[in-house]
Amino acid sequence: MREFTYQRALDVSGAVALLDADPDARFLGGGTNLVDLMKTGVERPAQLVDVRELPLDHIEVTGDGGLRIGATVTNSDLAAHPEVRGRYPALAQAVLAGASGQLRNMATIGGNLLQRTRCGYFADVTKPCNKRVPGSGCPAATGEHHNHAILGASEHCVATHPSDMGVALAAFDAVITYETIDGPGELPLAEFYLPVGDTPHLETALPPGALITGVTLPPAPVAAHSRYRKVRERASYAFAIGSIAAALDARDGVVRDVRLAFGAVASHPWRARTAERALVGAPADAAAFAAAADAELAAAKPLPHNGYKVTLMRNLVVAVLTELAEEAAR
Amino acid sequence: MTTATTGTRAVKASVGTAHTRVEGRDKVTGTARYAGEIPFAELAHGWLVLSTAARGRIRSIETAPVLAMPGVLTVLHNENAPPLDTDYMGMLGKPDPTAAVFQHDRVPHVGWPVALVVAETSEQAREAAEVLAVHYEQEPHDIAFSADRPDAYTLDGFSPAVTEKGDLEAELGASATVVDAEYTTPEEHHNPMEPHAATALWDGGRLEVVDSNQGTTWVAGEIANMFSLDPGSVRVRSEHVGGGFGSKGLRAHQVAAVMAATVLQRPVRVVMTRRQMFSLAGYRSPTTQRVRLGADADGRLRALDHSSLSATSTVHEFIESSAGPARTMYDADAHHTANRVVRLDVPTPTFMRAPGEAPGSFALESAFDELAEKVGIDPIELRVRNEPERGPVSGLPFSSRNLIACFREGARRFGWADRDPRPGVRRDGRWLLGTGTAAASFGAGAGPSTAAVTAEADGTFTVRVNAADIGTGARTALTLVAADALETTPDQVRVRIGDSDLGPAMLAGGSMGTRSWAWAVTLAADELRERLALNTGVPPEGITVRSDTTAAIGALSQKERHSFGAQFAEVAVDPATGEVRVRRMLGMFAAGRIVNPLTARNQFVGGMTWGISMALHEEAVRDRATGGHYGADLAGYHVAAHADVPYIEADWVDDVDPEDPVGIKGIGEIGIVGAAAAVANAVWHATGVRHRNLPIRPDRVLTAGGHA
Repeated sequence: MREFTYQRALDVSGAVALLDADPDARFLGGGTNLVDLMKTGVERPAQLVDVRELPLDHIEVTGDGGLRIGATVTNSDLAAHPEVRGRYPALAQAVLAGASGQLRNMATIGGNLLQRTRCGYFADVTKPCNKRVPGSGCPAATGEHHNHAILGASEHCVATHPSDMGVALAAFDAVITYETIDGPGELPLAEFYLPVGDTPHLETALPPGALITGVTLPPAPVAAHSRYRKVRERASYAFAIGSIAAALDARDGVVRDVRLAFGAVASHPWRARTAERALVGAPADAAAFAAAADAELAAAKPLPHNGYKVTLMRNLVVAVLTELAEEAAR
Repeated sequence: MTTATTGTRAVKASVGTAHTRVEGRDKVTGTARYAGEIPFAELAHGWLVLSTAARGRIRSIETAPVLAMPGVLTVLHNENAPPLDTDYMGMLGKPDPTAAVFQHDRVPHVGWPVALVVAETSEQAREAAEVLAVHYEQEPHDIAFSADRPDAYTLDGFSPAVTEKGDLEAELGASATVVDAEYTTPEEHHNPMEPHAATALWDGGRLEVVDSNQGTTWVAGEIANMFSLDPGSVRVRSEHVGGGFGSKGLRAHQVAAVMAATVLQRPVRVVMTRRQMFSLAGYRSPTTQRVRLGADADGRLRALDHSSLSATSTVHEFIESSAGPARTMYDADAHHTANRVVRLDVPTPTFMRAPGEAPGSFALESAFDELAEKVGIDPIELRVRNEPERGPVSGLPFSSRNLIACFREGARRFGWADRDPRPGVRRDGRWLLGTGTAAASFGAGAGPSTAAVTAEADGTFTVRVNAADIGTGARTALTLVAADALETTPDQVRVRIGDSDLGPAMLAGGSMGTRSWAWAVTLAADELRERLALNTGVPPEGITVRSDTTAAIGALSQKERHSFGAQFAEVAVDPATGEVRVRRMLGMFAAGRIVNPLTARNQFVGGMTWGISMALHEEAVRDRATGGHYGADLAGYHVAAHADVPYIEADWVDDVDPEDPVGIKGIGEIGIVGAAAAVANAVWHATGVRHRNLPIRPDRVLTAGGHA
């Protein structure tokens, strides 16, 4: 483990300046992922700039009825916030489905978006990994991959993004705001994560040295009737093998509006737009849900040992949308 | 002179009464110090460097740049390390060469120790170890474990490799019903909470090792042998141990620490990381097992054949004797068991909680459930009909065998009588529900031990016995045992353990610890009580009586001595996601005299929790290409989390053997035996699908299909 210096940033501009002055520095949020990666040698920063005390820990309702969430809001505070629970219940459920109480008390919203894959090859510096060492190879495709990607991956990397929160944010069209030395900027979540292609080491479209300052959720009435379901290999404290954030507005047995996003199937939270398009105006029944899932999953390219995820995601779409439809009909 | 009060007043019995751990307050307040946190002046820190090659030779190690790094004191490796003697028989046989570090340039597996970097601080040692460049001459490796390995061979472990009676094929042919199935269990790791840690120092011509282990007599003997030291010049202490489960014997960290302390002539501490433990601490081999059962229409067994294959390293033989439980559990006209092993380029496996019995009972007790289904007899009734009179292989009588009592009482409490035997017909929302049962057994042995009990001048007592309390509550149990033998109260008894200077004693293993130590303590305490009854007074230095159980253990009659148990589980399975959740478990045990119901229940429930974990979660994955692990940490290697562990009830039936001088049987291991089979049998009952490969992961349930 490399020795490093530690500094606490007092304001956003100061934090951004510190990182700009030292390309070998990293922002430290809750440290629930970065510190682990430093212990295993995957990350070797010379300097940590602690941004957890920055005044970005507020959640507020925006003028148009959306939500603005500061980057240093903890997972625990996000999940407990009444406006989140009321307007975007799947988001609160997703956050609570992740990690443990202790970790959620530490972890921040900005850090959550930037956490790294839990692929075991990435985490082990004695093994090749294109994401960690570009060009070194990807052993997962022919090795252990039963929890790797089925959508949007490439021969260079089949790792998945581990976030639960991000899946709900993807479903609700979140916009990421950030600050650089040159001023503020923003990125819709759909453009925030880069396609894998042959550059799996480039994960986000954030400019170098950028500090995430917050996440904005646009108003989405459909989100009030939403759910997050996570399937994992033990009942808690494990990353998903498949998860879904779903919101449904069905009236008179017809789908009016729907949001669907999948977790643990791709290098980023996967917004299931194909399925959504197939569903709007369709009957709110199991057959239509299954057909929509099939349409989305037609693009899946499973590996020899993760084909079950296609079945799992199809079953999750049907199960969760059916639940939501039945609740709406009551 | 004072007068001891023992024997002069009636004192309420302590054994059998719940008692919190005598060191409990120290542990929860942090006063109790574990091996890696005891301070020493001038302490240097060693960090092990492990091989990334799976097979080959060390070509060179670039020590110069590392020696120039801040704080680095030395780098030990195969070209400069002191020689070790490995040609000896220790308490449990020959040493595992993985512990005999830096003796040659051969690399037999990933994670083989190739160097120790010692520095002033742990952080400096770690950074230097991580940048130390080691060059290998790599050779192709072979880690492919499978049932059809042509190079597998039979191997005796602590029991014979093969037992055979009767004509197996003839009896199978004559059977009305035959079950013939293959079962697999994966590589599993102990993962005690406290990682292995040792500090070695020379003090006045004696070597002292402050360690976390399962027996200081054992470890001190190994170190004395390996370093060619007089046994009396080695002292090993291990006061508190945060779990062992079979992994804490002699390991690379103690040997490397002793080497470095010798070379540097200052105290050196070596601690394993969690990741290093996956290579250095031993593990349970994967197994592939075939069970064949042939029965008459009434369920009586005509044929039983259990053969098991496990893996070992290329440098040391260890066998997971999974075919062993059948030799105790069930008789048949033709009865065959065989344990085979195959040598692979992997670390040497070792004892892990219920070695042999845990994986063996999964296969055997699953097969029994399959037989029950096929012959249409209730699984408990099937076991009743196959209850043997004598040891099926040995022909010896059982010292006590209360298996059926466990099943009867367990069935009553669990509500088994109302069970509909049909699979896949119960639902609760999205969950399919099922129940399952399985039998358990574990040997009740004892190892020679010594103890000294002192009546102090102030009227209190001091017990010195080199026990190891690895979290079992042994220290407390021995306090209760001594109090009763001395006819006093536990608060008048202090028990000293975990120090090889206390004299030779059995290690904490094979569920034999408490039985062995209590025996020695009782012998000494009984004699002391008799002496004190003479009322001659206690001199200022106290009166000490010593005992040695070697002769008493040798005089035990030849019998089948075992604990038994019945496991029950209820599970819920979501056929749409493959998730399996255990809803409740019950374990009823017949395990001799229960010394401390509080910690005993803790042992049983802990073992059953391991069973849930084994059934549903635990699996160390090896990467074929590199020969190393994938996800070797507690995020990648899943053990049951709190949410996986539902209401578990453990209790016991009377299990008295009047001929046994101690009456205590071991309880540390039987809790896991049969537990995974009970869960797997419940999954069948829920879904109608047999899962013969552990763990029963969601992807396997989804892929296997079943009643959806």
